[in-house]
Amino acid sequence: MDMLAGKVKRTEATINTMATRPDAHTAPDRPIRINAEDVTVHYGAKQALFGISIEIPDRAVTSFIGPSGCGKSTFLRCINRMNDTIEGAKVGGTITLDGENIYDPSLDVVELRARIGMVFQKPNPFPKSIYENVAYGPKIHGLARNKADLDEIVISSLKKAGLFEEVKDRLNEPGTGLSGGQQQRLCIARAIAVGPEVILMDEPCSALDPIATAIIEELIDELRENYTIVIVTHSMQQAARVSQKTAFFHLGKLIEVGPTSDIFTNPVHKQTQDYIMGRIG
Amino acid sequence: MTDTPRVATLTSAERTRLIHSGLRRRHLSEQVFKGLGLAAIILALGFVALLFADVLRKGVPAFVQSNLHLAVTYDPAIIAVEPAPIREAGQSDADFRAVSLKWQRDVALLNWNKVVEASLRAAAPVGFEIDSKQILTTAETDARHRIRELFVADPTLLGKTVEVEVLASANAANWIKGNIDRSLPDTQQQLSAPARALIDQFTANGTISSGFAWSILGNVDSRAAPAAAGLAGAFVGSLFMMLIVVVLAVPIGVASAIYLEEFAPKSRLTDFIEVNINNLAAVPSIVFGLLGAAVFINYFHLPLSAPIVGGLVLTLMTLPTIIIATRGALLGVSPALRQAALGMGASKTQMVFHHVLPVTLPSILTATILGVAHALGETAPLLLIGMKAFVASVPATPFDQATALPVQIYLWQGNENRNFFEPRTAAAIMVLLALMITLNGFAIYLRSRLEKRA
Amino acid sequence: MTQLNSFIIAALLIVLLGFAYQSGWARSRKLVTANGVKIHSRSQYHGALVAIWVLIPALLILGLWAFFGPNITRAFTVTQIPADVVATLDQPALNAAIQRLQALASGYGVSGDLAPYEQGAGAALRNFQLVTFLIVLAAVAVAGILALLFARSRIDARLRARTHVERIINLLLLACSAVAILTTVGIVASLLTEALRFFTFISPFDFFFGTVWQPNNSGTAGNYGSYGILPLLSGTLMITAIAMLVAVPIGLMAAIYLSQYAHHRLRAFAKPIIEILAGIPTIVFGFLALVTVGPFLRDVGNLVGLDISATSALTAGIVMGIMIIPFVSSLSDDILNQVPRTLRDGAYGLGATKSETIRNVLLPAALPGIVGAFLLAVSRAIGETMIVVLAAGNSPVLRGNPFEPVATITVSIVNQLTGDTDFAGPQSLVAFALGLTLFVITLLLNVFALYIVRRFREQYE
Repeated sequence: MDMLAGKVKRTEATINTMATRPDAHTAPDRPIRINAEDVTVHYGAKQALFGISIEIPDRAVTSFIGPSGCGKSTFLRCINRMNDTIEGAKVGGTITLDGENIYDPSLDVVELRARIGMVFQKPNPFPKSIYENVAYGPKIHGLARNKADLDEIVISSLKKAGLFEEVKDRLNEPGTGLSGGQQQRLCIARAIAVGPEVILMDEPCSALDPIATAIIEELIDELRENYTIVIVTHSMQQAARVSQKTAFFHLGKLIEVGPTSDIFTNPVHKQTQDYIMGRIG
Repeated sequence: MTDTPRVATLTSAERTRLIHSGLRRRHLSEQVFKGLGLAAIILALGFVALLFADVLRKGVPAFVQSNLHLAVTYDPAIIAVEPAPIREAGQSDADFRAVSLKWQRDVALLNWNKVVEASLRAAAPVGFEIDSKQILTTAETDARHRIRELFVADPTLLGKTVEVEVLASANAANWIKGNIDRSLPDTQQQLSAPARALIDQFTANGTISSGFAWSILGNVDSRAAPAAAGLAGAFVGSLFMMLIVVVLAVPIGVASAIYLEEFAPKSRLTDFIEVNINNLAAVPSIVFGLLGAAVFINYFHLPLSAPIVGGLVLTLMTLPTIIIATRGALLGVSPALRQAALGMGASKTQMVFHHVLPVTLPSILTATILGVAHALGETAPLLLIGMKAFVASVPATPFDQATALPVQIYLWQGNENRNFFEPRTAAAIMVLLALMITLNGFAIYLRSRLEKRA
Repeated sequence: MTQLNSFIIAALLIVLLGFAYQSGWARSRKLVTANGVKIHSRSQYHGALVAIWVLIPALLILGLWAFFGPNITRAFTVTQIPADVVATLDQPALNAAIQRLQALASGYGVSGDLAPYEQGAGAALRNFQLVTFLIVLAAVAVAGILALLFARSRIDARLRARTHVERIINLLLLACSAVAILTTVGIVASLLTEALRFFTFISPFDFFFGTVWQPNNSGTAGNYGSYGILPLLSGTLMITAIAMLVAVPIGLMAAIYLSQYAHHRLRAFAKPIIEILAGIPTIVFGFLALVTVGPFLRDVGNLVGLDISATSALTAGIVMGIMIIPFVSSLSDDILNQVPRTLRDGAYGLGATKSETIRNVLLPAALPGIVGAFLLAVSRAIGETMIVVLAAGNSPVLRGNPFEPVATITVSIVNQLTGDTDFAGPQSLVAFALGLTLFVITLLLNVFALYIVRRFREQYE
């Protein structure tokens, strides 16, 4: 509880000063991990995305912002091919991960999703125990040779997600019994357990209260040392706090992309400016 | 717990290799699972196809009947009876009826089989040897009634010869259609050798011809004359019951759904009513039959095997379905519409009857038709209220003895003359299914039409 | 004559109602135009309220007459037959004499010679009928008019006519929803009373624990036969188990395939077709079981050296299973669709294959609901009648071989209660004891299943 309180204090400070970390706003000169070129998405006859091209750097947080319905989540779901599960969705253009086209027919989508994990808008723990939730990914992918291996993965994943201390005495209780913020961290632990290289987060804090949000943001900041993170958010403050690179979407188009500090302090396009000033809903 | 975990710090290449090695097995099991699902669909669809194919294969031949074209002579030597009575002045209705009935009884007592036999012999080839009993087995036993009724209706036929079409007997029809193995020895044949030969002769010379079996649709059930057994009585019986269900179950069902959904205060009582209705919907239909037997027949002394009792039982059975469907439809009406109506100053009753109910009409109608269709096919409860009885007349009112289409199917499948009645039962099933498909199709049509308009 | 009477009464009622409505409507209109006051309810409601006021006493009188009229007429008719003649007649003969008089009175006449008193008595009866009819008619009219005047006098601007009318509508609606309750009460009461009567002949112990089912249908006291339910129960359970073995895998897998794998076109095509099975009358399934499936199974049995009877638990069970497929599949489909999409996404996002998602996430999440659906299916199988009547072979013997004929509770109900018995002996009364058992079993299953399904729905709402 003390730890939690400390985090809250720190977060309040963060909010007040709008990111104090030295590298928070500097442009990340890191190698490019994911490269999207001219990506389009159609749902049936309706076009949802128009020619999106963007580069996503390794071990940094890239955020997608924009008004609701602008296509930011749709694009995020293209990166691990979640759009495949929606009937009638058609994706055009190319997206490469480490130079490999993820829409290549020979590529196994199951394998791809093991490499690119995802955290969703609403915490969605499986109706199983906390332990089983985290163990599920390693189990299906055959990552653990025995029970000890599995225990190890589960515990280290929970630790990385900053949840272990809170749940270590009740690993066998249902995951749905946790609080919203804990559930979301459980989902992050679940994603980490598979050992992904990239983690996609689709508005991970939209269903959480400010305290839980602060904890998750803290966690994202820590995770970026080991993972490439892409986060969709409707909160500009959040994007400013956690990301190094920001992309602004509007009406299915990518309007502007650049280092987070530039986007927020010195936007090039008028639409971006309007959005940041609160003129676009 | 060691502080230097091995698995959790696998390099990404090692992890990829591990994941990759399991993929083949996983995709195989995916294919197997999907294949099982597809197999289930194909099986289920196959059952539907087989069911219809089997009914059609068995039932379609029954829609062909064998007709005997006879030249019937009303020979005064056989028909020795006084002239038909004519009503005298001042005779009361009852008196005239008594006289008429007596004359008809006299007519009925004549040996009409002789008339039938004579006309059959006239149609047979010259010199064909067959005894009276055997020759009569070629025509259905109701032939003599048909010929007699023509005479009762028109007594001036005496001495004249008229063309009459009667049915060939069920055994003859079986022989013609090949439902009986022709190579069986005489002892196992239902018709004697001369009778079989005569039937073949009749078929050759055109005395017997095939036609659409209107008898199935237009006649009432008959035991003595299987070839003439039809569904008319059962159809009218079913129709009466459907009418009763529509007239009673729909208003009561819709009204109680409206009360429960719109007016009833949410209380333990309404909770209880709700649980009660849900359970009632799942009570086996035969239990409703027991209710009918105990309450309507034994307590209220309503007539046995009458459509009124069947209709009441089916009404009680259908009621929960209609209530549940209507409540569902009412629940689906958007609160905005309700608020709009209330906001205009409409009372709750006005809101429900002027705004909410019209919107839900398509769903209610569809549910009603489906409920009625289901009631139409119900058999078990009807057996318990005495509808097992053989009824050879078309009921004139819902209080008369009657049977229903599904019960008629039940009765026919139990007939000893399996060769003849198995196809006829399948034919009756075709009629029942056609009715139900029509009703369901109508429900779908109505729904799509009303929804388009709304 | 009676038809004409009903017609006259109906006409009178319609005229009265129309007049009442019109009068209420007009009076309330007048209030508006004369005084210019704002009245509480619109004129239609005033009209309707007056009409309702008129209808109630009129219906009351007609109801009384319908109830007592026949007895009064009969009593009068008997007084017209000379006492010495009545003394010679037994009950059926008296009824016949009354019928003759009624036929005379209706003007239809009777056949045969008239007894000396009959002509006069017929005429007297005719007069009596006419007079009573006129009295009833007059009473209806007078009561109606009085009610009309009273209701009309109550009309003023403040009369909440709409509220009154709506309250009456409300009462009518309430009465309608009472029908469902009454049905349940009727079922429970009739099953209980008749079953209790049965238990005065046969002890409950012999019924519930007896292993021999051998009713002696023509037996008299002391020789009723045995009424042990266990052979029937075992037959019922065996058939139900076979049906579930057929319906659950096929129904569940079909639901999974249609909701998770199938292209929406296949779904739009296959779903309604499978549901056709649910709409087909059970007698049709019974017939096909008897003439097609049974012989087919017997032939298959011969082929592999098994002795399968054409009418057997297996035949009935398989066909019943086919009948239940759409029931299982549509319920499972509903339940699977209620599992939130986010759960599926969660599994996909981890790299689970579709079947892994379904088996490890979707089905466990939907399990309570699916179990509920299965219980509902079991309850339906237990209560199913026509398939087993035709295809199970009706052999009420306690045995465990599914290839042999069996009998079930429902079959025995149909066999014992043919409709023309007078419920005097245990032979027919046992049907109610069986029905009560069936009702209780299915009720418990349903309550439990609905409870589970409801809990499941609430979990994901």
